[in-house]
Amino acid sequence: MNKADVSGALHAAAARRGEAYVEDVVRAFVVATVFWGVVAFAAGVYVALQLAFPALNLGLEWTTFGRLRPVHTSAAIFAFGGNALIGTSFYVVQRTCRAPLWGGAVPAWFVFWGYQLFIVLAALGYVLGITQSREYAEPEWYLDLWLTLVWVAYLAIFMGTIAKRKEPHIYVANWFYLGFIITIAMLHIVNNLAVPVSIFGTKSYSAAAGVQDAMIQWWYGHNAVGFFLTAGFLGMMYYFIPKRAERPVYSYRLSIIHFWALIFIYIWAGPHHLHYTALPDWTQTLGMAFSIMLWMPSWGGMINGLMTLSGAWDKLRTDPGLRFSVTAVAFYGMSTFEGPVMSIRAVNGLSHYTDWTIGHVHSGALGWVAFITFGALYYLVPALWKRKDVYSTRLVAWHFWIATLGIVLYITAMWVSGIMQGLMWRAYDELGFLQYSFVETVAAMYPFYLIRALGGVLFLTGALIMAYNFWRTARGEVETASVPVAQSAVVPAVE
Amino acid sequence: MFFRHETIEKSVILLAVLSLLTVSIGGLVQIVPLFTIETTIERVEGMRPYTPLELMGRNIYVREGCYVCHSQQIRAFKDEVERYGHYSLAAESMYDHPFQWGSKRTGPDLARVGGKYSNDWHVAHLIDPRAVVPESIMPSYAFLAERPLKYDDIADHLKANRAVGVPYTDEMIANARADLEAQANPDGDSTDLLRRYPKAVVTNTSGRPDRITEMDALVAYLQMLGTLVPTTDLRVEDLRQ
Repeated sequence: MNKADVSGALHAAAARRGEAYVEDVVRAFVVATVFWGVVAFAAGVYVALQLAFPALNLGLEWTTFGRLRPVHTSAAIFAFGGNALIGTSFYVVQRTCRAPLWGGAVPAWFVFWGYQLFIVLAALGYVLGITQSREYAEPEWYLDLWLTLVWVAYLAIFMGTIAKRKEPHIYVANWFYLGFIITIAMLHIVNNLAVPVSIFGTKSYSAAAGVQDAMIQWWYGHNAVGFFLTAGFLGMMYYFIPKRAERPVYSYRLSIIHFWALIFIYIWAGPHHLHYTALPDWTQTLGMAFSIMLWMPSWGGMINGLMTLSGAWDKLRTDPGLRFSVTAVAFYGMSTFEGPVMSIRAVNGLSHYTDWTIGHVHSGALGWVAFITFGALYYLVPALWKRKDVYSTRLVAWHFWIATLGIVLYITAMWVSGIMQGLMWRAYDELGFLQYSFVETVAAMYPFYLIRALGGVLFLTGALIMAYNFWRTARGEVETASVPVAQSAVVPAVE
Repeated sequence: MFFRHETIEKSVILLAVLSLLTVSIGGLVQIVPLFTIETTIERVEGMRPYTPLELMGRNIYVREGCYVCHSQQIRAFKDEVERYGHYSLAAESMYDHPFQWGSKRTGPDLARVGGKYSNDWHVAHLIDPRAVVPESIMPSYAFLAERPLKYDDIADHLKANRAVGVPYTDEMIANARADLEAQANPDGDSTDLLRRYPKAVVTNTSGRPDRITEMDALVAYLQMLGTLVPTTDLRVEDLRQ
């Protein structure tokens, strides 16, 4: 390279400098994801243990199961999942549009800090007893307004970045991210309509009541799963799996069908949370029918994700990060099959109100959401901190197996306890009386609550290993192989 | 071919608008009719708004996250009806802002717990659940018995409920404070309270009329759950949806 070329290249680099990707914010979101993940898993383990050992709440009003359960669910869904979604969407949208974030770093930092503030104030509120009692939408009216503001900024940044893209097409991952952002905005606003008692107080009363309120809440609740925990994370799948496997998305057509069918059908599925209740039968039937239809686009997406590995399956042996992503898609397939089954009224009659639902949620939340996030993080951390790879691939493999074992213990314990409890509730003795009192069914849960808590401890341990691994990665360290490299079959020389 | 998906893929506005339209349909079809069709807005004999004390008790129920472990929705199954009582009617939660149907039964359903146990049992159970039910895994709520109920703004609570559609009258709002105190005072005159809120039960768990605790409010709420609508003479034909 001669002197003129060098100065030309430097000049071009300087011209581009104003257009550099915004990465500091993405790094902050990655750190927040790992931090809140550990908090969410630890809170989960604590409340799980409270069900086996009620004395663990120490007799304090702030640590009862009723107040801490929303801390766990919000930390998992909104703090861990939300930071992962916003962070990866900022990373992905810049690269797939070849454009830095719209508005630069400042609005993105507003979204970051605004969102963390929302999380901290929401959690603090739950512990102090400030809640709307709407599942997965517990924060009170003032925080709902604040989140709306943050979300509008997020939407503006995301759409603005796409609008100034240098690629002709909008990449498929961005459809899913955009669908998630827009739908969550709609759900959030409608579900949280409420009248505060006073503008200086925290308490509000919801706009709708009774059966209408139940329908609105589960329209929201199920689509928090459908759009926050599914569509957004599918965006993650559509970027990071092809990237890591170095293969294009399996089918472009399938991704079009996957997207439109998924977002259209998902929104109808809410009433399956209200089977056999005072909700009219026709609404329940619609909810069930669409839930069963939902199986198809879900598996279409799963097939698109898994088949992207065609010709690259060998990478699973050498790349434990990719192993997380692919296992996540497998868990996605499993829980999106289990979900439609549980939405059938006859099955739901048994499963509803029991731990089976909790097990189902966790095969999705741990197996799909957390694993696809871990897969993305194992790609992102070295990329964002400009390292060749993570500190230790061996530790990634340990994380993978410990976490997988944890999930298996968790969901099998909940299947058994849930189905058992459902059957005990409806059991009759030979004289035609109900065979079990309610509290007998509670006592029967004990061993399964212990196994579940053990599963949670394993999952938490895996996340701590990951955090340690990232810490060493960020410091630029590389593990020196403690085990000698496997000797290639050395055939002893024949004497 | 007139339409190519490419067109959508090249316009972020089009993509956003079409996505929003696509996700709006299901909710509109399932939610909007519930505000108008007869089966979900029918009125049932006996339903009335919560008394001020019951409302405060309900707010404590919400604050403590009781709905996390207790449902308030009895399904139309033989075993549930035998265990908990008549299945829940839509009208029974018509004044519930927000609804408390719940989604999990770590503990039993409470939709008709009212009147099944004595006030003393509820107090003993809330203070130390395992003292009365040894296998229970419920936390202790002993602090409720010690804490005075805050009800300075009780009229504002009724007004906020009226704003979202609960038929509290001007008279009810003007007398909110008096009604609350009357319901917590076993020695007082509850004639006006009962005229405004039929079937209201005077509840004082501490035995001291001068002291209204959070326990009083919560027990008053629990003791009225499922008691307003007479279910013994309901016929199936009356309720067919």
